[in-house]
Amino acid sequence: MSKVLNKRNGIIAVLILSLLFPLAFSDNKYVLYIMTLAFIYIIAIYGMNILAGYTGQLSLAHAGFFAIGAYSVGVLTTKAGLNFWLALLLAVLITMGIGFALGIIALRTKEHFFAIYTLIAGYLIYLLIYKWEGLTGGVRGLIGIPIPNAIGPIKFESPIAMYYLVLLFLLLSIFVTVRIVYSLTGRTYNAIRNSEELAQTLGINTKINKLVSFVISVSFAGLAGGLYASLVRFIGPEIAGTTMVFTFLMYLIVGGIGTLAGPIIGTLLFIWLEQYLQSFQEHKMLIFGPILTLIVIFYPRGIVGAIQSLMGYFRTRKKESSKSYKTNSESTDMKSREV
Amino acid sequence: MTFIKLEGLTKKFGGLTAVDEVDFEIEKGKITAIIGPNGAGKSTFFNLISGFHRPTSGSITFEGKDITKTPPHIVARLGIARTFQTTHLFDTSSVIDNIIVGYRLRTKSKLFDAILRTKREKREEKEAFERAIEVLDFVGLANLADSPVSTISQESKKRVAIALALATGPKVIFLDEPAAGINPGETEGLAELMKKIVDSGITVCTIEHKMQMIMGLADNIMVLNHGAKIAQGTPEEIQNNPTVIEAYLGGESSAEVI
Repeated sequence: MSKVLNKRNGIIAVLILSLLFPLAFSDNKYVLYIMTLAFIYIIAIYGMNILAGYTGQLSLAHAGFFAIGAYSVGVLTTKAGLNFWLALLLAVLITMGIGFALGIIALRTKEHFFAIYTLIAGYLIYLLIYKWEGLTGGVRGLIGIPIPNAIGPIKFESPIAMYYLVLLFLLLSIFVTVRIVYSLTGRTYNAIRNSEELAQTLGINTKINKLVSFVISVSFAGLAGGLYASLVRFIGPEIAGTTMVFTFLMYLIVGGIGTLAGPIIGTLLFIWLEQYLQSFQEHKMLIFGPILTLIVIFYPRGIVGAIQSLMGYFRTRKKESSKSYKTNSESTDMKSREV
Repeated sequence: MTFIKLEGLTKKFGGLTAVDEVDFEIEKGKITAIIGPNGAGKSTFFNLISGFHRPTSGSITFEGKDITKTPPHIVARLGIARTFQTTHLFDTSSVIDNIIVGYRLRTKSKLFDAILRTKREKREEKEAFERAIEVLDFVGLANLADSPVSTISQESKKRVAIALALATGPKVIFLDEPAAGINPGETEGLAELMKKIVDSGITVCTIEHKMQMIMGLADNIMVLNHGAKIAQGTPEEIQNNPTVIEAYLGGESSAEVI
Protein backbone atom coordinates (compact mmCIF):
# COMPACT_ATOMS: atom_id res chain seq x y z
CA MET A 1 0.00 0.00 0.00
CA SER A 2 2.55 2.53 1.08
CA LYS A 3 4.69 1.63 -1.92
CA VAL A 4 1.91 2.66 -4.29
CA LEU A 5 1.41 5.93 -2.43
CA ASN A 6 4.99 7.11 -2.65
CA LYS A 7 6.11 10.54 -3.72
CA ARG A 8 7.12 9.66 -7.27
CA ASN A 9 3.78 8.06 -8.11
CA GLY A 10 2.02 11.01 -6.53
CA ILE A 11 3.87 13.41 -8.80
CA ILE A 12 3.09 11.29 -11.87
CA ALA A 13 -0.60 11.17 -10.88
CA VAL A 14 -0.80 14.95 -10.51
CA LEU A 15 0.99 15.39 -13.83
CA ILE A 16 -1.44 13.08 -15.65
CA LEU A 17 -4.34 14.84 -13.97
CA SER A 18 -3.09 18.23 -15.15
CA LEU A 19 -2.66 16.87 -18.69
CA LEU A 20 -6.13 15.33 -18.77
CA PHE A 21 -7.87 18.24 -17.09
CA PRO A 22 -8.78 20.13 -20.32
CA LEU A 23 -10.35 17.00 -21.79
CA ALA A 24 -12.79 16.77 -18.92
CA PHE A 25 -13.73 20.44 -19.25
CA SER A 26 -13.34 20.90 -22.99
CA ASP A 27 -16.81 22.43 -23.22
CA ASN A 28 -16.30 24.74 -20.27
CA LYS A 29 -13.98 27.55 -21.36
CA TYR A 30 -14.43 29.40 -18.11
CA VAL A 31 -13.04 26.58 -15.98
CA LEU A 32 -10.06 26.24 -18.30
CA TYR A 33 -9.45 29.97 -18.19
CA ILE A 34 -9.51 30.04 -14.39
CA MET A 35 -7.15 27.08 -14.22
CA THR A 36 -4.73 28.71 -16.70
CA LEU A 37 -4.82 31.91 -14.68
CA ALA A 38 -4.11 29.91 -11.51
CA PHE A 39 -1.09 28.31 -13.18
CA ILE A 40 0.25 31.75 -14.10
CA TYR A 41 -0.06 32.85 -10.48
CA ILE A 42 1.66 29.66 -9.38
CA ILE A 43 4.65 30.46 -11.60
CA ALA A 44 4.94 33.89 -9.96
CA ILE A 45 4.53 32.37 -6.50
CA TYR A 46 7.30 29.82 -7.15
CA GLY A 47 9.55 32.82 -7.72
CA MET A 48 8.40 34.32 -4.45
CA ASN A 49 9.04 31.00 -2.74
CA ILE A 50 12.67 30.83 -3.89
CA LEU A 51 13.43 34.19 -2.32
CA ALA A 52 11.08 34.28 0.69
CA GLY A 53 10.77 30.57 1.37
CA TYR A 54 14.23 29.24 0.65
CA THR A 55 16.47 32.29 1.03
CA GLY A 56 14.47 33.92 3.81
CA GLN A 57 14.11 37.36 2.22
CA LEU A 58 10.50 38.49 1.96
CA SER A 59 10.15 40.84 -1.00
CA LEU A 60 6.83 42.67 -1.31
CA ALA A 61 7.75 44.12 -4.71
CA HIS A 62 6.86 40.83 -6.36
CA ALA A 63 3.59 42.05 -7.89
CA GLY A 64 5.51 45.05 -9.18
CA PHE A 65 7.80 42.72 -11.10
CA PHE A 66 4.81 40.70 -12.27
CA ALA A 67 3.43 43.95 -13.68
CA ILE A 68 6.78 44.86 -15.27
CA GLY A 69 6.68 41.53 -17.11
CA ALA A 70 3.06 42.06 -18.15
CA TYR A 71 3.56 45.65 -19.29
CA SER A 72 6.78 44.78 -21.13
CA VAL A 73 4.87 42.25 -23.20
CA GLY A 74 1.93 44.64 -23.53
CA VAL A 75 3.97 47.64 -24.67
CA LEU A 76 6.33 45.65 -26.90
CA THR A 77 3.50 43.88 -28.73
CA THR A 78 0.91 46.66 -29.01
CA LYS A 79 3.19 49.68 -29.43
CA ALA A 80 6.39 48.27 -30.93
CA GLY A 81 4.59 45.53 -32.85
CA LEU A 82 6.99 42.83 -31.72
CA ASN A 83 6.35 39.13 -32.01
CA PHE A 84 4.91 37.73 -28.75
CA TRP A 85 7.77 35.28 -28.17
CA LEU A 86 10.44 37.91 -28.59
CA ALA A 87 8.41 40.25 -26.36
CA LEU A 88 8.14 37.52 -23.70
CA LEU A 89 11.87 36.88 -23.76
CA LEU A 90 12.59 40.60 -23.53
CA ALA A 91 10.02 40.94 -20.74
CA VAL A 92 11.87 38.37 -18.63
CA LEU A 93 15.20 40.07 -19.33
CA ILE A 94 13.81 43.54 -18.55
CA THR A 95 12.34 42.25 -15.28
CA MET A 96 15.66 40.67 -14.36
CA GLY A 97 17.52 43.86 -15.22
CA ILE A 98 15.26 46.03 -13.07
CA GLY A 99 15.36 43.35 -10.37
CA PHE A 100 19.14 43.43 -10.40
CA ALA A 101 19.25 47.21 -10.03
CA LEU A 102 16.61 47.29 -7.32
CA GLY A 103 18.08 44.24 -5.56
CA ILE A 104 21.48 45.88 -5.15
CA ILE A 105 19.87 48.70 -3.17
CA ALA A 106 17.08 46.76 -1.43
CA LEU A 107 19.37 44.00 -0.16
CA ARG A 108 21.37 46.49 1.83
CA THR A 109 18.44 46.30 4.23
CA LYS A 110 17.48 43.25 6.27
CA GLU A 111 14.42 41.43 7.54
CA HIS A 112 11.50 43.80 8.28
CA PHE A 113 13.30 46.69 6.69
CA PHE A 114 13.77 44.69 3.51
CA ALA A 115 10.06 43.86 3.47
CA ILE A 116 9.09 47.49 4.03
CA TYR A 117 11.60 48.76 1.48
CA THR A 118 10.36 46.36 -1.19
CA LEU A 119 6.74 47.17 -0.31
CA ILE A 120 7.50 50.80 -1.09
CA ALA A 121 9.45 49.88 -4.23
CA GLY A 122 6.47 47.83 -5.40
CA TYR A 123 4.16 50.76 -4.77
CA LEU A 124 6.47 53.04 -6.76
CA ILE A 125 6.27 50.63 -9.69
CA TYR A 126 2.48 50.81 -9.38
CA LEU A 127 2.54 54.62 -9.36
CA LEU A 128 4.91 54.73 -12.32
CA ILE A 129 2.59 52.52 -14.36
CA TYR A 130 -0.44 54.52 -13.21
CA LYS A 131 1.04 57.91 -14.08
CA TRP A 132 3.05 57.15 -17.22
CA GLU A 133 0.07 57.41 -19.52
CA GLY A 134 2.06 57.80 -22.72
CA LEU A 135 3.63 54.39 -22.31
CA THR A 136 1.27 52.36 -20.15
CA GLY A 137 -2.11 53.91 -20.88
CA GLY A 138 -2.36 54.96 -17.25
CA VAL A 139 -5.52 53.99 -15.45
CA ARG A 140 -7.14 52.86 -18.71
CA GLY A 141 -4.47 50.25 -19.13
CA LEU A 142 -3.40 48.48 -22.32
CA ILE A 143 -5.89 46.66 -24.46
CA GLY A 144 -5.62 44.38 -27.45
CA ILE A 145 -2.53 42.46 -26.39
CA PRO A 146 -2.20 39.67 -28.95
CA ILE A 147 -2.30 35.97 -28.19
CA PRO A 148 1.00 34.12 -28.68
CA ASN A 149 2.00 33.79 -32.35
CA ALA A 150 1.59 30.35 -33.82
CA ILE A 151 4.66 28.13 -33.79
CA GLY A 152 4.44 26.23 -37.06
CA PRO A 153 1.17 24.29 -36.92
CA ILE A 154 0.60 24.99 -33.22
CA LYS A 155 -1.88 27.83 -32.76
CA PHE A 156 -2.84 29.38 -29.45
CA GLU A 157 -6.34 30.59 -30.27
CA SER A 158 -8.20 28.03 -28.19
CA PRO A 159 -8.28 28.07 -24.39
CA ILE A 160 -6.98 24.48 -24.43
CA ALA A 161 -3.84 25.51 -26.31
CA MET A 162 -3.23 28.37 -23.87
CA TYR A 163 -3.76 25.96 -21.00
CA TYR A 164 -1.08 23.60 -22.31
CA LEU A 165 1.29 26.45 -23.10
CA VAL A 166 1.03 27.83 -19.57
CA LEU A 167 1.26 24.32 -18.13
CA LEU A 168 4.52 23.84 -20.02
CA PHE A 169 5.96 27.02 -18.50
CA LEU A 170 4.70 25.97 -15.09
CA LEU A 171 6.42 22.60 -15.35
CA LEU A 172 9.59 24.38 -16.45
CA SER A 173 9.36 26.69 -13.42
CA ILE A 174 8.84 23.75 -11.06
CA PHE A 175 11.74 21.92 -12.67
CA VAL A 176 14.07 24.89 -12.20
CA THR A 177 12.90 25.33 -8.60
CA VAL A 178 13.46 21.65 -7.78
CA ARG A 179 16.92 21.72 -9.31
CA ILE A 180 17.84 24.82 -7.30
CA VAL A 181 16.39 23.54 -4.03
CA TYR A 182 18.29 20.25 -4.15
CA SER A 183 21.62 21.76 -5.24
CA LEU A 184 24.57 23.24 -3.42
CA THR A 185 23.20 26.64 -4.41
CA GLY A 186 19.91 25.72 -2.72
CA ARG A 187 21.77 24.65 0.40
CA THR A 188 23.56 27.99 0.31
CA TYR A 189 20.22 29.83 0.19
CA ASN A 190 18.97 27.70 3.06
CA ALA A 191 22.02 28.54 5.11
CA ILE A 192 21.32 32.24 4.55
CA ARG A 193 17.69 31.79 5.61
CA ASN A 194 18.82 29.91 8.68
CA SER A 195 21.34 32.49 9.86
CA GLU A 196 23.11 35.07 7.79
CA GLU A 197 25.89 35.36 10.36
CA LEU A 198 26.57 31.64 10.33
CA ALA A 199 26.45 31.57 6.52
CA GLN A 200 29.16 34.23 6.42
CA THR A 201 31.41 32.28 8.75
CA LEU A 202 30.98 29.34 6.40
CA GLY A 203 32.53 31.44 3.66
CA ILE A 204 29.28 32.27 1.89
CA ASN A 205 29.12 35.65 0.20
CA THR A 206 25.60 36.46 1.40
CA LYS A 207 25.31 39.67 -0.63
CA ILE A 208 25.91 38.03 -3.99
CA ASN A 209 23.84 34.95 -3.18
CA LYS A 210 20.88 37.02 -2.04
CA LEU A 211 21.13 39.15 -5.18
CA VAL A 212 21.19 36.11 -7.48
CA SER A 213 18.24 34.62 -5.61
CA PHE A 214 16.40 37.94 -5.95
CA VAL A 215 17.01 38.15 -9.70
CA ILE A 216 15.92 34.53 -10.26
CA SER A 217 12.85 35.18 -8.14
CA VAL A 218 11.78 38.21 -10.18
CA SER A 219 12.44 36.41 -13.46
CA PHE A 220 9.60 34.02 -12.51
CA ALA A 221 7.39 37.03 -11.84
CA GLY A 222 8.35 38.55 -15.19
CA LEU A 223 7.56 35.34 -17.05
CA ALA A 224 4.23 34.96 -15.26
CA GLY A 225 3.38 38.60 -15.97
CA GLY A 226 4.16 38.19 -19.67
CA LEU A 227 1.93 35.12 -19.91
CA TYR A 228 -0.79 36.91 -17.96
CA ALA A 229 -0.81 39.80 -20.45
CA SER A 230 -1.28 37.41 -23.32
CA LEU A 231 -3.98 35.36 -21.59
CA VAL A 232 -6.10 38.21 -20.22
CA ARG A 233 -5.24 40.51 -23.16
CA PHE A 234 -6.01 43.55 -21.07
CA ILE A 235 -3.79 44.87 -18.31
CA GLY A 236 -4.31 47.68 -15.83
CA PRO A 237 -2.06 49.14 -13.13
CA GLU A 238 -3.82 47.23 -10.33
CA ILE A 239 -1.75 44.11 -11.10
CA ALA A 240 1.22 45.94 -9.56
CA GLY A 241 -0.79 46.87 -6.49
CA THR A 242 -0.33 45.82 -2.90
CA THR A 243 -3.52 43.74 -2.97
CA MET A 244 -1.90 41.58 -5.62
CA VAL A 245 1.32 41.00 -3.69
CA PHE A 246 -0.54 40.14 -0.49
CA THR A 247 -2.73 37.75 -2.46
CA PHE A 248 0.42 35.99 -3.70
CA LEU A 249 1.78 35.94 -0.18
CA MET A 250 -1.45 34.52 1.23
CA TYR A 251 -1.48 31.70 -1.32
CA LEU A 252 2.16 30.93 -0.52
CA ILE A 253 1.78 30.98 3.26
CA VAL A 254 -1.37 28.89 3.33
CA GLY A 255 0.05 26.37 0.85
CA GLY A 256 3.38 26.20 2.63
CA ILE A 257 6.22 28.70 2.44
CA GLY A 258 9.58 27.03 1.81
CA THR A 259 7.98 23.83 0.51
CA LEU A 260 7.90 22.60 -3.08
CA ALA A 261 4.19 21.79 -3.31
CA GLY A 262 3.05 24.82 -1.29
CA PRO A 263 2.54 27.30 -4.17
CA ILE A 264 0.38 24.81 -6.10
CA ILE A 265 -1.79 23.77 -3.17
CA GLY A 266 -2.28 27.27 -1.77
CA THR A 267 -3.11 28.87 -5.11
CA LEU A 268 -5.51 26.17 -6.35
CA LEU A 269 -7.28 26.05 -3.00
CA PHE A 270 -7.91 29.79 -2.88
CA ILE A 271 -8.70 30.26 -6.56
CA TRP A 272 -11.40 27.59 -6.44
CA LEU A 273 -12.68 28.68 -3.04
CA GLU A 274 -13.11 32.15 -4.50
CA GLN A 275 -15.09 30.72 -7.40
CA TYR A 276 -17.53 29.08 -5.02
CA LEU A 277 -17.71 32.17 -2.88
CA GLN A 278 -18.39 34.51 -5.81
CA SER A 279 -21.59 35.84 -4.28
CA PHE A 280 -19.62 36.41 -1.14
CA GLN A 281 -16.87 38.42 -2.86
CA GLU A 282 -17.09 41.49 -0.62
CA HIS A 283 -16.80 39.49 2.54
CA LYS A 284 -14.37 36.79 1.47
CA MET A 285 -11.72 38.11 3.84
CA LEU A 286 -14.07 37.28 6.71
CA ILE A 287 -13.30 33.65 5.91
CA PHE A 288 -9.75 33.94 4.58
CA GLY A 289 -8.54 36.21 7.38
CA PRO A 290 -9.15 33.78 10.25
CA ILE A 291 -7.88 30.81 8.20
CA LEU A 292 -4.66 32.67 7.48
CA THR A 293 -4.20 33.69 11.11
CA LEU A 294 -4.76 30.15 12.37
CA ILE A 295 -2.35 28.68 9.84
CA VAL A 296 0.40 31.17 10.64
CA ILE A 297 0.04 30.40 14.34
CA PHE A 298 -0.29 26.61 14.24
CA TYR A 299 1.31 25.62 10.94
CA PRO A 300 3.94 28.19 9.96
CA ARG A 301 4.86 25.98 7.01
CA GLY A 302 1.30 25.88 5.72
CA ILE A 303 -0.78 22.95 4.60
CA VAL A 304 2.20 21.11 3.13
CA GLY A 305 4.19 21.59 6.33
CA ALA A 306 1.26 20.29 8.36
CA ILE A 307 0.92 17.19 6.17
CA GLN A 308 4.65 16.54 6.41
CA SER A 309 4.72 16.70 10.18
CA LEU A 310 1.62 14.48 10.37
CA MET A 311 3.20 11.91 8.08
CA GLY A 312 6.39 12.07 10.11
CA TYR A 313 4.34 11.46 13.23
CA PHE A 314 2.59 8.41 11.80
CA ARG A 315 5.80 6.99 10.44
CA THR A 316 7.37 7.37 13.86
CA ARG A 317 4.44 5.63 15.53
CA LYS A 318 4.52 2.81 13.03
CA LYS A 319 8.20 2.31 13.58
CA GLU A 320 7.73 2.41 17.33
CA SER A 321 5.06 -0.26 17.30
CA SER A 322 7.06 -2.55 15.03
CA LYS A 323 10.32 -2.09 16.90
CA SER A 324 9.13 -1.29 20.37
CA TYR A 325 12.49 -2.03 21.94
CA LYS A 326 14.05 0.96 20.24
CA THR A 327 14.42 4.15 22.22
CA ASN A 328 12.43 7.21 21.42
CA SER A 329 15.26 9.26 20.01
CA GLU A 330 16.25 6.53 17.61
CA SER A 331 12.76 6.02 16.31
CA THR A 332 12.36 9.66 15.35
CA ASP A 333 15.21 9.24 12.89
CA MET A 334 12.68 8.71 10.19
CA LYS A 335 10.87 11.95 10.83
CA SER A 336 10.06 13.83 7.70
CA ARG A 337 12.96 15.58 6.08
CA GLU A 338 12.98 19.05 4.71
CA VAL A 339 11.41 19.08 1.27
CA MET B 1 56.17 33.85 10.69
CA THR B 2 53.61 34.22 13.41
CA PHE B 3 50.38 32.31 12.87
CA ILE B 4 47.94 34.92 14.14
CA LYS B 5 49.19 38.22 15.41
CA LEU B 6 47.12 40.99 16.96
CA GLU B 7 48.61 44.40 17.49
CA GLY B 8 46.99 47.19 19.48
CA LEU B 9 43.57 45.74 18.72
CA THR B 10 40.85 48.13 19.88
CA LYS B 11 37.11 48.20 19.39
CA LYS B 12 34.91 50.99 20.67
CA PHE B 13 31.12 51.01 20.57
CA GLY B 14 30.31 54.65 21.12
CA GLY B 15 31.77 55.47 24.51
CA LEU B 16 32.33 51.86 25.49
CA THR B 17 35.69 50.26 24.83
CA ALA B 18 34.91 46.59 24.35
CA VAL B 19 38.43 45.57 23.37
CA ASP B 20 41.26 47.78 24.51
CA GLU B 21 44.76 47.77 22.95
CA VAL B 22 45.22 44.02 22.94
CA ASP B 23 48.54 42.62 21.68
CA PHE B 24 48.52 38.87 21.40
CA GLU B 25 49.85 35.99 19.37
CA ILE B 26 48.15 32.69 18.72
CA GLU B 27 50.57 29.86 18.18
CA LYS B 28 50.02 27.29 15.49
CA GLY B 29 49.14 23.79 16.64
CA LYS B 30 48.30 24.79 20.20
CA ILE B 31 45.15 25.23 22.25
CA THR B 32 44.79 28.84 23.26
CA ALA B 33 42.10 29.85 25.72
CA ILE B 34 40.63 33.27 26.30
CA ILE B 35 39.08 33.74 29.69
CA GLY B 36 37.63 36.62 31.59
CA PRO B 37 34.53 37.66 33.52
CA ASN B 38 31.24 38.32 31.73
CA GLY B 39 31.41 41.43 29.57
CA ALA B 40 35.19 41.30 29.36
CA GLY B 41 35.07 41.59 25.58
CA LYS B 42 35.79 37.97 24.67
CA SER B 43 33.04 37.58 22.09
CA THR B 44 33.82 40.98 20.58
CA PHE B 45 37.39 39.78 20.29
CA PHE B 46 36.21 36.79 18.24
CA ASN B 47 33.97 39.01 16.14
CA LEU B 48 36.98 41.18 15.30
CA ILE B 49 39.10 38.25 14.15
CA SER B 50 36.31 36.64 12.12
CA GLY B 51 35.61 39.93 10.37
CA PHE B 52 32.15 40.74 11.77
CA HIS B 53 33.38 43.93 13.36
CA ARG B 54 36.06 46.22 12.05
CA PRO B 55 38.51 47.25 14.73
CA THR B 56 38.56 50.92 15.69
CA SER B 57 42.34 50.68 15.57
CA GLY B 58 45.05 48.04 15.55
CA SER B 59 45.71 45.18 13.19
CA ILE B 60 45.19 41.45 12.74
CA THR B 61 47.59 39.37 10.68
CA PHE B 62 46.98 35.75 9.72
CA GLU B 63 49.99 33.85 8.33
CA GLY B 64 51.66 37.15 7.50
CA LYS B 65 48.61 38.52 5.71
CA ASP B 66 46.77 41.57 7.01
CA ILE B 67 43.12 40.59 7.53
CA THR B 68 42.06 43.59 9.62
CA LYS B 69 39.47 44.75 7.09
CA THR B 70 38.65 41.44 5.42
CA PRO B 71 34.92 40.57 5.31
CA PRO B 72 33.82 37.41 7.20
CA HIS B 73 33.26 35.16 4.20
CA ILE B 74 36.79 35.82 2.93
CA VAL B 75 38.21 35.25 6.42
CA ALA B 76 36.46 31.88 6.41
CA ARG B 77 37.91 30.98 3.02
CA LEU B 78 41.41 31.80 4.28
CA GLY B 79 40.98 29.05 6.86
CA ILE B 80 39.56 30.68 9.98
CA ALA B 81 36.45 28.91 11.26
CA ARG B 82 34.31 29.74 14.26
CA THR B 83 31.31 28.63 16.25
CA PHE B 84 28.80 30.79 18.09
CA GLN B 85 27.68 30.76 21.70
CA THR B 86 24.18 29.87 20.59
CA THR B 87 24.09 27.19 17.95
CA HIS B 88 22.32 28.32 14.79
CA LEU B 89 21.33 24.93 13.42
CA PHE B 90 18.34 24.25 11.24
CA ASP B 91 16.09 22.21 13.50
CA THR B 92 13.84 20.48 11.00
CA SER B 93 16.73 19.36 8.77
CA SER B 94 18.82 16.29 9.44
CA VAL B 95 22.27 16.58 10.98
CA ILE B 96 24.01 15.74 7.71
CA ASP B 97 21.94 18.27 5.76
CA ASN B 98 23.06 20.91 8.23
CA ILE B 99 26.71 20.06 7.71
CA ILE B 100 26.95 19.60 3.94
CA VAL B 101 26.80 23.36 3.35
CA GLY B 102 29.98 23.76 5.42
CA TYR B 103 32.01 22.55 2.47
CA ARG B 104 30.33 25.08 0.16
CA LEU B 105 33.26 27.52 0.27
CA ARG B 106 35.52 24.90 -1.33
CA THR B 107 33.10 24.38 -4.23
CA LYS B 108 32.53 26.45 -7.34
CA SER B 109 29.11 25.36 -8.62
CA LYS B 110 26.90 28.28 -9.52
CA LEU B 111 23.20 28.67 -10.15
CA PHE B 112 23.50 27.43 -13.73
CA ASP B 113 25.32 24.32 -12.57
CA ALA B 114 22.35 23.70 -10.31
CA ILE B 115 19.70 24.20 -13.00
CA LEU B 116 21.57 22.18 -15.64
CA ARG B 117 22.92 19.75 -13.05
CA THR B 118 26.37 19.80 -14.58
CA LYS B 119 29.17 17.34 -13.92
CA ARG B 120 30.83 19.89 -11.67
CA GLU B 121 27.65 20.19 -9.57
CA LYS B 122 27.36 16.41 -9.22
CA ARG B 123 31.02 15.96 -8.35
CA GLU B 124 30.99 18.78 -5.82
CA GLU B 125 27.77 17.56 -4.22
CA LYS B 126 29.44 14.21 -3.73
CA GLU B 127 32.57 15.82 -2.28
CA ALA B 128 30.49 17.93 0.10
CA PHE B 129 28.56 14.87 1.25
CA GLU B 130 31.74 12.86 1.81
CA ARG B 131 33.30 15.74 3.69
CA ALA B 132 30.20 15.98 5.91
CA ILE B 133 30.37 12.24 6.71
CA GLU B 134 34.06 12.59 7.45
CA VAL B 135 33.67 15.44 9.95
CA LEU B 136 30.63 13.81 11.56
CA ASP B 137 32.69 10.73 12.07
CA PHE B 138 35.50 12.90 13.46
CA VAL B 139 33.25 14.45 16.13
CA GLY B 140 31.73 11.04 16.86
CA LEU B 141 28.21 11.59 15.54
CA ALA B 142 28.23 9.41 12.42
CA ASN B 143 25.30 7.41 13.83
CA LEU B 144 23.12 10.53 14.09
CA ALA B 145 23.68 11.66 10.49
CA ASP B 146 20.04 11.21 9.46
CA SER B 147 18.40 12.42 12.67
CA PRO B 148 16.61 15.74 12.59
CA VAL B 149 18.54 18.27 14.66
CA SER B 150 15.44 18.87 16.81
CA THR B 151 15.72 15.33 18.22
CA ILE B 152 19.39 15.31 19.30
CA SER B 153 20.82 16.34 22.67
CA GLN B 154 22.31 19.71 23.55
CA GLU B 155 25.78 18.21 23.66
CA SER B 156 25.32 16.64 20.22
CA LYS B 157 24.20 20.01 18.87
CA LYS B 158 27.47 21.52 20.14
CA ARG B 159 29.34 18.79 18.33
CA VAL B 160 27.34 19.37 15.16
CA ALA B 161 28.23 23.07 15.30
CA ILE B 162 31.91 22.13 15.63
CA ALA B 163 31.58 19.62 12.78
CA LEU B 164 30.06 22.34 10.62
CA ALA B 165 33.03 24.62 11.33
CA LEU B 166 35.42 21.75 10.59
CA ALA B 167 33.69 21.03 7.28
CA THR B 168 35.02 24.35 5.98
CA GLY B 169 38.53 22.88 6.09
CA PRO B 170 40.01 25.43 8.51
CA LYS B 171 43.57 26.00 9.73
CA VAL B 172 42.29 27.44 12.98
CA ILE B 173 38.97 27.10 14.75
CA PHE B 174 37.57 29.61 17.23
CA LEU B 175 35.10 28.11 19.69
CA ASP B 176 32.83 30.46 21.59
CA GLU B 177 32.01 28.77 24.91
CA PRO B 178 31.64 25.27 23.53
CA ALA B 179 30.97 23.78 26.96
CA ALA B 180 28.26 26.21 28.06
CA GLY B 181 25.09 24.50 29.20
CA ILE B 182 26.28 20.92 29.26
CA ASN B 183 27.06 18.60 32.17
CA PRO B 184 30.54 17.75 33.55
CA GLY B 185 30.78 14.33 31.89
CA GLU B 186 29.96 15.83 28.52
CA THR B 187 32.41 18.67 29.16
CA GLU B 188 35.17 16.12 29.45
CA GLY B 189 34.10 14.64 26.14
CA LEU B 190 34.33 18.04 24.49
CA ALA B 191 37.80 18.57 25.96
CA GLU B 192 38.80 15.26 24.36
CA LEU B 193 37.39 16.49 21.06
CA MET B 194 39.41 19.71 21.26
CA LYS B 195 42.59 17.69 21.83
CA LYS B 196 41.66 15.55 18.85
CA ILE B 197 41.20 18.65 16.69
CA VAL B 198 44.63 19.98 17.65
CA ASP B 199 46.21 16.58 17.06
CA SER B 200 44.77 16.60 13.56
CA GLY B 201 46.76 19.77 12.86
CA ILE B 202 44.09 22.43 13.38
CA THR B 203 44.86 25.19 15.85
CA VAL B 204 42.19 25.74 18.50
CA CYS B 205 41.29 28.97 20.21
CA THR B 206 38.46 28.84 22.73
CA ILE B 207 36.50 31.07 25.04
CA GLU B 208 35.57 29.18 28.14
CA HIS B 209 34.12 29.73 31.58
CA LYS B 210 34.77 26.27 32.95
CA MET B 211 38.15 26.84 34.57
CA GLN B 212 38.84 23.28 35.57
CA MET B 213 38.45 22.18 31.98
CA ILE B 214 40.57 24.97 30.57
CA MET B 215 43.43 24.66 33.08
CA GLY B 216 43.92 21.04 32.13
CA LEU B 217 43.58 21.65 28.43
CA ALA B 218 45.06 24.94 27.23
CA ASP B 219 48.68 25.46 26.27
CA ASN B 220 48.33 29.19 26.52
CA ILE B 221 45.81 31.44 28.21
CA MET B 222 44.96 35.09 27.76
CA VAL B 223 42.88 36.86 30.39
CA LEU B 224 40.68 39.78 29.41
CA ASN B 225 39.05 42.16 31.84
CA HIS B 226 37.09 45.24 30.78
CA GLY B 227 38.41 44.71 27.28
CA ALA B 228 42.07 44.87 28.25
CA LYS B 229 44.53 42.03 28.41
CA ILE B 230 45.53 41.64 32.05
CA ALA B 231 47.60 38.49 31.79
CA GLN B 232 48.85 35.78 29.48
CA GLY B 233 50.82 32.61 29.96
CA THR B 234 50.59 28.93 30.75
CA PRO B 235 47.80 27.67 33.04
CA GLU B 236 50.23 27.56 36.00
CA GLU B 237 51.31 31.14 35.46
CA ILE B 238 47.71 32.29 35.18
CA GLN B 239 46.64 30.45 38.32
CA ASN B 240 49.32 32.19 40.33
CA ASN B 241 48.87 35.62 38.83
CA PRO B 242 47.59 38.00 41.50
CA THR B 243 45.93 40.38 39.01
CA VAL B 244 43.92 37.51 37.57
CA ILE B 245 42.85 36.30 40.97
CA GLU B 246 41.71 39.74 41.88
CA ALA B 247 39.79 40.27 38.66
CA TYR B 248 38.17 36.90 38.83
CA LEU B 249 37.48 36.44 42.47
CA GLY B 250 37.27 40.04 43.46
CA GLY B 251 40.00 39.99 46.03
CA GLU B 252 42.45 37.88 47.96
CA SER B 253 41.94 34.20 47.51
CA SER B 254 43.78 31.02 47.02
CA ALA B 255 44.68 30.30 43.46
CA GLU B 256 43.90 26.69 44.14
CA VAL B 257 40.20 27.45 43.80
CA ILE B 258 40.56 28.12 40.12
